[in-house]
Amino acid sequence: MIDLVLFAILPYVALAIAIVGLLWRYRTNQFSYSSVSSQFLENRQLFWGSVPWHYGIILILLGHLTGILFPASVMAFNGVPLRLYILEGTGLALGLLVLVGLVLLLLRRGTNPRVRAVTSSMDLVLLLLLLLSIVTGVGTAIFYRWGSGWYVQTATPYLRSLVTFSLKVDYLASLPLLVKVHALNAFVILAVFPFTRLVHMLSVPLAYLWRPYQVVIWRRPRVQQ
Amino acid sequence: MDVRAQLATTFHLDKCIGCHTCSLACNNLWTSRPGTEYMWWNNVETKPGTGYPTLWEDQTKYRGGWELKGNSLRPRFGGRLGMLSNLFFNPYLPTMDDYYEPWTYQYGHLFTAPQGPDQPTAKPVSQVTGKYIDIEAGPNWDDDLGGSSVYARNDINLAQLTEAEQQALFRLEQMVFFYIPRICNHCLNPGCVSVCPSGAIYKRAEDGIVLVSQEKCRGWRFCVSGCPYKKTYYNWQTGKSEKCILCYPRMETGQAPACFHSCVGRIRYAGVLLYDAARIEEIAMTPQSELVAAQRRIILNPADPAVIAAARKNGLDDEWLGAARNSPIYKFVKEWELALPLHAEFRTLPMLFYIPPLLPVAASTKNGNYNLADGEFFGNIENSRIPIKYMASLFSAGNEEIIKSVLRKLWAVRSYQQASRVGNIDQSRAAAQLTEAGCTAEDAEQISRLTALPRVSDRYVLPPYHREEAIEQLTGDTQQHKYQVGFGYSAPPRRGP
Repeated sequence: MIDLVLFAILPYVALAIAIVGLLWRYRTNQFSYSSVSSQFLENRQLFWGSVPWHYGIILILLGHLTGILFPASVMAFNGVPLRLYILEGTGLALGLLVLVGLVLLLLRRGTNPRVRAVTSSMDLVLLLLLLLSIVTGVGTAIFYRWGSGWYVQTATPYLRSLVTFSLKVDYLASLPLLVKVHALNAFVILAVFPFTRLVHMLSVPLAYLWRPYQVVIWRRPRVQQ
Repeated sequence: MDVRAQLATTFHLDKCIGCHTCSLACNNLWTSRPGTEYMWWNNVETKPGTGYPTLWEDQTKYRGGWELKGNSLRPRFGGRLGMLSNLFFNPYLPTMDDYYEPWTYQYGHLFTAPQGPDQPTAKPVSQVTGKYIDIEAGPNWDDDLGGSSVYARNDINLAQLTEAEQQALFRLEQMVFFYIPRICNHCLNPGCVSVCPSGAIYKRAEDGIVLVSQEKCRGWRFCVSGCPYKKTYYNWQTGKSEKCILCYPRMETGQAPACFHSCVGRIRYAGVLLYDAARIEEIAMTPQSELVAAQRRIILNPADPAVIAAARKNGLDDEWLGAARNSPIYKFVKEWELALPLHAEFRTLPMLFYIPPLLPVAASTKNGNYNLADGEFFGNIENSRIPIKYMASLFSAGNEEIIKSVLRKLWAVRSYQQASRVGNIDQSRAAAQLTEAGCTAEDAEQISRLTALPRVSDRYVLPPYHREEAIEQLTGDTQQHKYQVGFGYSAPPRRGP
């Protein structure tokens, strides 16, 4: 029963909160959408925290996504032991990289008086949730090896079952506690997503790559000559 | 020809007394909110000096403006992909320490301090952290050459000068300075707009004012480093960038911007320029020494029938065209060629023009006697107290001929007035000076009239703004917000969670 609540109901509730929350915030308060960067207040520590954290977490999330989208390819890739070792090693290295980055960012928030002045309670909640996520993730990589192998056999079918509404909770329920905490924490992060600075993820400015350099706005739409 | 209008401005530096009234008027109106205390959309710098933020002119440090890369123009910051890869950490961003940490004083302590043997004091506290701070810098820390051995010495415009020339400039009894008030230049080819990843900064087509959409800004803070004049600021409280808005709410109601209106020395002029938007890129790519001349070329003659016809096609009405014909900016920049853009080599085509100060050697002391230089009222421009090279580095992208011609004309106009009003200069000599400067007597009359005796209506020629059209943009359907307060904003401008 508890498994059903945690692994079947909670994900949908989290997703619903995320979607409704994001739409509400976007429609009523776009002004609050920002990366709320504090680089202006503190520069040096941020470099060692922010850069490893962002690049690391992007690659790690892409890794998770690859496992969900292309499980067969991942299995095939892992067929050669050397490739498996490389994948596992890379994953662990990235995990440690983001862990270091996140700890530095946390220390910076806690110790730099200027940065503390612009730290909201949601910032701290978010940082702690992320820390839990990274610690359980790195723990899983260390204690339950070959994650890239068993992830596609367990988490992938479970997550896919969520999407197709054909729930297969057992896949997750039978995994070790550490992994379950990792998964649950991910759903919690999803639920708090709209109420934190994480919304800046949705503003990744890819359109900059092709827009013209200058932006000119006419008051009235102009007839093109 | 794609004719657009630009609300452009001219500052006459000979008239600036460095009182900072403009800065305070702006600060009181726009930047006294939390997160903006350190911002001075208008600030006044002493030159030579390093300015605010420190060394803002040094583009090897901040990478603002544009650079010519082969046959194309691109932001000095770098290519687009390279820029986005710096999203998580902008290596060229000035930090609060490059400006200063804003502070206030614990005034309350003067009243609440317990009785004791000494006077209570109001200690300075940071407006960021609320803690006591030792004040180390302020927005005009180098005012009037204060600490010039550090600040003025490090002015990057001195790089052109030889060591001997620098030594001469810094001899204590020769020290000379002038003020340069700075606001956003509302450029034709703005650097801040070009590097904004969110596309939140835009130029209003109707009047050329450059604004940051507070709804679209996501705080990527590239505009701060991308503006070579450091006139976009990051609000550390809201996580959004802000900049000078040329007081458009005042302009739209027929008033000059607050810094203009409050200017004690009456150095400021505002008016309409017509320009050819189709040529912006081509003009911005001109070789450096010709940039100032090229920028004059992009400004169109508002009396030319072809220009008028093209302007009408772009929706400019007779009132705007009339304002363009009476524009004091057009006269200073284009007709008389007296006003010059600041650091044209940044290639943003700034629309704020400066009339450089005439700083002649008026006299020298010899054996304790005070002697007028050359036995004349003024010396000559080549012997200016600030080297022409230095002025050229500021106002003409290094082209000394342009500075010489401006100073020659300014000097000739003064000689002309001295000759005709005071009579201490020979009329024929003044006439010869005018001819040498390429200036007619009528021009000289007009120049001195607009310089020394302008009325408010001569200094600010502002066209009507048609708020009825602006309001359409804001609301869409004019009935939509009939029963609401304001224009539909539902939340106060607070920092996001």
